[in-house]
Amino acid sequence: MTASTRVTRGLVAAAAAALLLTACSGNSSSSSSGGSGSNAAGKGIVTANSSEPQNPLIPSNTNEEGGTKIINSIFSGLVYYDAKGAPHNDLAESITPSDPTDYTITLKSGQKWSDGTAVTAKNFVDAWNYGALSTNAQLLSSFYAPIAGYDAVSATPPTAKTLSGLKVVDDTHFTVKLSRPQADFPLQLGYIAFFPLPDKAFTDIKAFGQNPVGDGPYMLKSPTAWQHNVKIDLVPNPKYTGPRKPQNGGLTLSFYQSQEAAYNDLLAGSLDVLDAVPPSALGTFQKDLGDRAVNQPAAIFQSFTIPEKLAHFSGAEGALRRQAISYAIDRPTITKAIFKGTRTPAKDFTSPTIAGYSGDLPGNTVLSYDPSKAKQLWAQADAMSPWSGTFTLAYNADGGHQEWVDAVANGLKNTLGIQAQGKPYPTFAALRKDVTDRTMTGAFRSGWQADYPGLYDFIQPLYYTKASSNDGDYSNPQLDKLIDEAAAAKTLNESNQLLNQAQATLFKDLPAIPLWYANISGGSSQNVSNVQVGWDSIPLFYAINKQ
Amino acid sequence: MAWYVGRRVLQMIPVFFGATLLVYALVFLLPGDPIAALGGNRPLAPGVAAQLRHQYHLDESFFQQYLTYLKGILTLDFGTSYSGRPVTEVMAQAFPVTIRLALLALLFEGVFGIGAGLIAGLRRGGVFDATLLVASLVVIAVPIFVIGFVVQIVFGVKLGWINPTVGPEASWGQLVVPALVLGSISFAYVLRLTRDSVTENLSADWVRTATAKGLSRRRVVSTHVLRNSLIPVVTFLGADLGALMAGAIVTEGIFNIPGVGHALYQAIIRGEGPTVVSIVTVLVVIYILTSLFVDLLYAVLDPRIRYV
Repeated sequence: MTASTRVTRGLVAAAAAALLLTACSGNSSSSSSGGSGSNAAGKGIVTANSSEPQNPLIPSNTNEEGGTKIINSIFSGLVYYDAKGAPHNDLAESITPSDPTDYTITLKSGQKWSDGTAVTAKNFVDAWNYGALSTNAQLLSSFYAPIAGYDAVSATPPTAKTLSGLKVVDDTHFTVKLSRPQADFPLQLGYIAFFPLPDKAFTDIKAFGQNPVGDGPYMLKSPTAWQHNVKIDLVPNPKYTGPRKPQNGGLTLSFYQSQEAAYNDLLAGSLDVLDAVPPSALGTFQKDLGDRAVNQPAAIFQSFTIPEKLAHFSGAEGALRRQAISYAIDRPTITKAIFKGTRTPAKDFTSPTIAGYSGDLPGNTVLSYDPSKAKQLWAQADAMSPWSGTFTLAYNADGGHQEWVDAVANGLKNTLGIQAQGKPYPTFAALRKDVTDRTMTGAFRSGWQADYPGLYDFIQPLYYTKASSNDGDYSNPQLDKLIDEAAAAKTLNESNQLLNQAQATLFKDLPAIPLWYANISGGSSQNVSNVQVGWDSIPLFYAINKQ
Repeated sequence: MAWYVGRRVLQMIPVFFGATLLVYALVFLLPGDPIAALGGNRPLAPGVAAQLRHQYHLDESFFQQYLTYLKGILTLDFGTSYSGRPVTEVMAQAFPVTIRLALLALLFEGVFGIGAGLIAGLRRGGVFDATLLVASLVVIAVPIFVIGFVVQIVFGVKLGWINPTVGPEASWGQLVVPALVLGSISFAYVLRLTRDSVTENLSADWVRTATAKGLSRRRVVSTHVLRNSLIPVVTFLGADLGALMAGAIVTEGIFNIPGVGHALYQAIIRGEGPTVVSIVTVLVVIYILTSLFVDLLYAVLDPRIRYV
């Protein structure tokens, strides 16, 4: 026997061993994920994709999706939103306004935290005070701004420790005083910023953030259930008696690094619910998944903002140019060709999943594609002051925006006959820096995801004079007046009507050019049923049925 | 020998400081404001932003920040990430996983690369040799993420032989397939390197002498040809361990492995200076240690090499 044949045999044996190892790994992992399907009492554990929370699990410090999915599952607030975004009482018995700025909130009695202690009015007041105080550096601090006394606690250094507008009456009652009328305040109360925290949280908030005690439909399976960068295991909370009772035996959120990996797991049956289809599968996922695919508009509005101070874009000339640009964008073709139908062309400045939305507001024809009208308006503007230079549209290159930006720029080039091009920034952080420093020299990508299902949230922060997210420095007294009236309205319905009136002004001025609403595109495996996606594009995990 | 090792270890100190300073400066120069980005589209309350800047020392100058970081390292405090996790914990979770993955890949390319390369070299011009040369050329030419996705979709989704992604434990068994993908390109290089080295040594004088002395073919091949051929291969493998750990980022992304590549990527995207610097520093130290190990291995393979 020669040396080389020995080596060959060795190689074959080793290769066989490697294959065996592979087979073992395949078996063990599939049986572990299969085990979740055969739990006792026919109640299976639902697995869903998510991402590692970027912050400790404190409601007032959670502003991204990975954390929000968990907080929404393990905490309950005064109200919760159904799939359509309508609010229903969760822990609250009633939320009663005594005048436009004063509310009395009554809790249902007998509500408990998962450790058995009672949920009291003090828990809400403490949590909101904690969230608002600037030295606690909570990311959602600005949400307490409507409450009286916010200016004092949010200053650096703060001049008060607690919000003067919050008063505990007894265990089940507390009162809220707002500094100015806010018609949709009761609607906001379902947002995670307004969730309570147990007394226990304040003894060691750092430890609490890793292993929180909640009052929601689920709770952490064990003190170490949150495996960082890997997954979190949640089980039904036996102390929860509210309306969001889990219809499954538990929820495991797996933190995926790439959407492709999650999608392949869904196809292979080792993941039950997916709420983000990777770009590579957008064209095929509806065929791959059949009736288990989900593709519906979400509360995400996408646009690009043209700063007011940009040359040629203010006054009467600016209005003409903005309208010309809007008419020159072929939204239906771009959403079909680039996004494979997973975006819905915009019809207004809000989102179709929000109560009060209307797709046929007067003036929204400016969002249709009309090249000849675009040319005509642009020529009118040129007659006032001839156009020079290049129109640039800035975007962050880490978010898959290049394709549509190029398409929009090409549309402007071909229709208006001007130089137009995209301007990439390496990261979102870099783009935001130039936006907040006001050093942008052209238009820039903008967008808005609603925090709570209200029209007001899409209009006031973005277009009110000097509002927190008015990055284009737009100002129109007429619009401000309508927004003020909407805030002071007696009912939400009345408020929404005023906001839709305000949109007529926006269609004329176009501080931002609406593009489309992002869809939620996802799907579920054959192992689960009753998968509904909420207004905020997060699946209603508690309602999912898994045998 | 001890003197040599001591000198090499001492050399690590300036390398360590140089690497941390350089990486810290790079992260510092990253465009954008990480605190502003924490808020997303909705800006943070000004008081909150100021508090966070202070908490993460972002309101200090570059050298102050760097010195604070160094002071922390000396007390084994590597800082915390923006999510409030100690960086040591992030590393303690990520490194074992990636080390397992890289060692498996190294084992695969070492055993199979050297083995196949030896056979190909001994049978130069044969069918086995020609097939392997073509196959390795293809592997080198195809980017690693293509190999990864093809393996995942064919074996994971279509055939269902493996789970498309690695489970949370990332055990040795689960990492075998990702390691094969990760090591595939280096495997092709090791194979070609061994083959060329073996063919060259086969015609060397000492091999002819050994054969003339009447030694068996097996002894000639194992002690005279293979041992001498291993020196360039070992150099490559040693350097490759570092490259595998740093380069695992693509493979880790495809198979959803919670390792160093993912942790590093997240930290860079979020502009978390302490996390990036700590992970890169540990990678640099691993690289230095493996290159020292390789240098010492030379002496074992070739007795003519002595360290004084």
